Amino acid sequence: MNMDASATLLSSGSGGRGLHRFANPGRFLRLSGKVLPWLAAFALVLTLIGLGWGLFFAPADWQQGDAVRIMYIHVPAAWLASSGYLGLAICSVLSLVWRHPLADLAAMEIGPVGAGATFLCLATGSLWGKPMWGAWWVWDARLTSVLVLFFLYLGHIALVRAFDSPERGARAGAILALVGVVNLPIIKFSVDWWNTLHQPASISFTGSPTMYVGMLWPLLFSALGMTFGFAAIVVARTRAGVMERRIRGLLLARAQQEAGARLEAAAS
Amino acid sequence: MTHLTYISAAYGLAVVVAGWFAVDAWLRMGRARKRLAAIDPRARR
Repeated sequence: MNMDASATLLSSGSGGRGLHRFANPGRFLRLSGKVLPWLAAFALVLTLIGLGWGLFFAPADWQQGDAVRIMYIHVPAAWLASSGYLGLAICSVLSLVWRHPLADLAAMEIGPVGAGATFLCLATGSLWGKPMWGAWWVWDARLTSVLVLFFLYLGHIALVRAFDSPERGARAGAILALVGVVNLPIIKFSVDWWNTLHQPASISFTGSPTMYVGMLWPLLFSALGMTFGFAAIVVARTRAGVMERRIRGLLLARAQQEAGARLEAAAS
Repeated sequence: MTHLTYISAAYGLAVVVAGWFAVDAWLRMGRARKRLAAIDPRARR
């Protein structure tokens, strides 16, 4: 579907009235162009503070020793893997229900970045597991459900690019993304529902953290910085996607115009 | 520092993964901007 036509559809539908303002690709490019440098700057500064603090100044754990410093990457990567998928699912709803033209593009661009975060979570978990558990990998409920999340991301990446028509690819990908949402509570509660080797959550919304505050602060800085970094990369990729879609549209229109002119010349 | 090899590998991997995505996004955006400016007169403004 043409993006301008989609924007008109959104503005006329009652459900998407609040969203239509952001359906305009030109407006998105202008707005994101202003926001992106700030996002990138915050991401860089906060991540450097968090990781530098965690690596050089935070105390070592009495049981894990310095291997606990891997947590400053592993935990934010795990949070981003799950929240990135939630973002993918929200974009899929926006795409399926309101046909928001930027939502399917954003979903397409979140996929690879989310897969990268999930890969980083699994790889750093392995690097922590080998010295602590004596194994690179165990078929534990938490680890297995995160591996399933990684495969869901890969499936989404492949599916949205598997069709000649981008709209059909986006539709199929959105359905897969929504089906895969069932894995998010499984990941979250796997450490409570099953007897796992992976430790339970140290930070929750309802209770006070069970972590030493000298370790908590660098973790929060690192998590916030990496979240800004994730957002900045997704915004930059979506900007590129919007421009590439406009290029394809212009080239197609030009080719149709030239073909029409040739047909007219041949007829006369 | 204990477990230095594992810690270095984890931090190195984070830099490589994040750096690769950031540079790829930056280059892709630059390429798209140049190409759009070349074919769309409105994009030059």
